[in-house]
Amino acid sequence: MVELYLLLGVMLAAALVASETKNLLAAAVALGMVGFSVAIIFILVQAPDLAIVQIVVEILTVVFFTAVILRTTEIDTTVTGGLKMETSMFIAAFLAFGGLFLSLIIGVLRELPQFGEPLMRVAQEYVQFGLERTGAANVVAAIILDFRGYDTLGEATVLFTAVVGVLTVMRMVSKKKSGGV
Amino acid sequence: MPGMSLIVRVITGLMSGLLLLYGGYITLHGHLTPGGGFAGGVLIAAALMAVSLAFGSVEQVEKRRYVLSSVLESFGGLWFLILALAGYFVGEFFFRNAGVFFLGRPLELVSGGIIPLANIAIGIKVGAGLFAIFLALGASRFVMKE
Repeated sequence: MVELYLLLGVMLAAALVASETKNLLAAAVALGMVGFSVAIIFILVQAPDLAIVQIVVEILTVVFFTAVILRTTEIDTTVTGGLKMETSMFIAAFLAFGGLFLSLIIGVLRELPQFGEPLMRVAQEYVQFGLERTGAANVVAAIILDFRGYDTLGEATVLFTAVVGVLTVMRMVSKKKSGGV
Repeated sequence: MPGMSLIVRVITGLMSGLLLLYGGYITLHGHLTPGGGFAGGVLIAAALMAVSLAFGSVEQVEKRRYVLSSVLESFGGLWFLILALAGYFVGEFFFRNAGVFFLGRPLELVSGGIIPLANIAIGIKVGAGLFAIFLALGASRFVMKE
């Protein structure tokens, strides 16, 4: 569990950097650090599927942010002989994170059970008794609204939060527009 | 929002009713056939979006629709939560199904206990929520001005 707390510390530091730094590119990189740390945590708690999704989303996010920043701001990209200190630090951090990540994922992949082993008893139970216990002919509905109803509540909460977030942001934007102009 | 051309308006007028009907069908039959509240709600929201894009609307209407869809979204969420809590009070645990409402005979429309009710709640919530997002993104000039 030590590595979990280490990662949480790294995430906290990176989040602080992302929110406090004036350099947008640095903020994007720090945000990426938070996301990849989440991916490593997923691997540590043995959820490789979530980790894969998180990695894909995080790569897309960082690339997207970087593209937007590069298109909208001017950054001094003149190279003055040899690697800059910052660049080499970035590369070192990248290699360190990549190495850590690879070593962890190899361990997890080795521990993963064979496909179909052990037999999924729970799923069998759902398929077998879903109809008589819930009265719903659609076994998917029986699972998402009865056996795993709590998950669906979480899903609905995610949508609610997304709506509230969008509405809040849009209200701020339109207030600024109507107030400024 | 300004409206669109005559062709779009005519076709939307023909299609939107069918879209709404299909969304309702998918939501109500969620416990019998593939689909459910999420899919049906998205269809309902799509029908509403098509109507307001094709026919356009004035500021007052936009504002009223926005308020109504926000309220409906919260209402759907609350409904779902109350269903979950009803299981807690009547039965023993959160999201208890059997015993809260009668289960009915399987494969009939009125069956499955709280599952169809939860599907309706999710359908309202998703449809209204997505429509509210659409209004906020597409018509924020009209809607959000204080």
